[in-house]
Amino acid sequence: MTLPADAVMALDTFQKTASWEQRARLLMQWGDRLPALRDVDKVEANRVHGCESQVWLVGALQDGHWQFSASSDARLIRGLVALLLARVNGLSAAELQQVDLPDWFNQLGLSRQLSSSRSNGLNAVLQRMRELAH
Amino acid sequence: MMIPSPWRADFPALAALQRQDQTYLDNAATTQKPQALLDALAHYYANGAANVHRAQHLPGAHATQAFEDSRSKVAQWLNAGDCGQIIFTHGATSALNLLAYGLEHVFNPGDEIVISALEHHANLLPWQQLAHRRDLKLVILPLDADGLIDLEAATHLIGPRTRLLAVSQLSNVLGAWQPLPALLAMAKAHNALTVVDGAQGVVHGRHDVQALGCDFYVFSSHKLYGPDGLGAMFGRHEALEQLRPWQFGGEMVLDANYHDARFRPAPLGFEAGTPPISSVIGLGATLDYLAGLDQNAVSAHEAALHDYLLKGLEARNGIRLLGKPQLALASFVVEGVHNSDLAHLLTEQGIAVRAGHHCAMPLLKSFELAGAIRVSLALYNDSEDLERFFEALDQALELLR
Repeated sequence: MTLPADAVMALDTFQKTASWEQRARLLMQWGDRLPALRDVDKVEANRVHGCESQVWLVGALQDGHWQFSASSDARLIRGLVALLLARVNGLSAAELQQVDLPDWFNQLGLSRQLSSSRSNGLNAVLQRMRELAH
Repeated sequence: MMIPSPWRADFPALAALQRQDQTYLDNAATTQKPQALLDALAHYYANGAANVHRAQHLPGAHATQAFEDSRSKVAQWLNAGDCGQIIFTHGATSALNLLAYGLEHVFNPGDEIVISALEHHANLLPWQQLAHRRDLKLVILPLDADGLIDLEAATHLIGPRTRLLAVSQLSNVLGAWQPLPALLAMAKAHNALTVVDGAQGVVHGRHDVQALGCDFYVFSSHKLYGPDGLGAMFGRHEALEQLRPWQFGGEMVLDANYHDARFRPAPLGFEAGTPPISSVIGLGATLDYLAGLDQNAVSAHEAALHDYLLKGLEARNGIRLLGKPQLALASFVVEGVHNSDLAHLLTEQGIAVRAGHHCAMPLLKSFELAGAIRVSLALYNDSEDLERFFEALDQALELLR
């Protein structure tokens, strides 16, 4: 399975980061580039619970391909979510079922962000994505 | 100004955490353990574990002796004298649940339970659910601007319908001693039962349940440098007479038949099943260790560290403290910075502090906050820990602002 272009770019940049500051700056940049979620989508039904920050996730199949959008009021989680969407947007339903998302963050050097999931909620976002895609 | 802790080396985990580049400032959640406790656990398990209060054999007698010695040590720690009993539970939470179930029968529909706006979920939800079960009114004492229970409001809210008052001694979010003597006097004037949640308070200074005059005082061992999975509850004799067994099983029974049973009085009647024996023995060792420290020196050290923490926070722009912390901890938010982002970057730098609602959601909501960062201190922390925290805080804020 070939990686989406955004995912290739993410791998390229994150694998080169050496320090936590650099990683944090990059995450914030990715978060800032995440397209804004429409206000009508920022509703309780789309909220991901289990995050310290507010996170909304919506997803729909368009012509057989998943298109997710998301937002958060916290910048670093927004960056993490942007990296998640970079990996999954455009995948077919079958491809999305196959993708190993924890491994994706591992490849980016961000696996620790998953283990500290209770505070940043990334695991809850992954869980919601699995439910949406099911 | 350096504030070293003379007790740091007594806690082996501190050196281990340092090797992992971790600065531990989440002591209001749980504490590191003294060597004396590790030795006691190793000794117990290496020399023959046995169940307590059951067997006639020698290992059983030894375990029971050590277990009951710990009970006396807890009673001494709280200066219970002979006015009450110590009951072991699985934590402060389970002690409060024991009370909320074991006292259920004393409530009639329309009776009132009074708690405060700053309660930890452990001292809110058991009463809230009891109120639902028995059709009671849960009355919430409001706080003043400094984060103390408002005594003026309390005089109007504690009244003849009040059957029970349950309040924290020291808030796990606001770090301020609550005006217990005045509140307990109001409750007693109306013949209400009084419950003190000492989960945070017991860790700082020594407390005297006879002087306090409460009916019940609960705390968790793990916050008091003891093992986890263990709580203790002091109950005054007269109040314990009203408490009914909540959990049923081994060793709490006097006589059992297929269709009925009679139960032991306190404390064993409230300790159904095998208790956390090693933890109880370990807590005894921790209390011996703590009793050997110069309490004034510990209090002075904690006060100096807290002062250092507050001064450092106040010296930085845009930091808003929650309430007016007096000791032990400080919770804060930073203007324009999401508490989740700050927590994330502190974690990245090996600073172990707590972010979030601190199991006191209604309190955080009253500040219109989803969360806050909490730095909480223990006797083994020193000014270097706080310097590392401040350095990390500055770095994080520089990135985020």
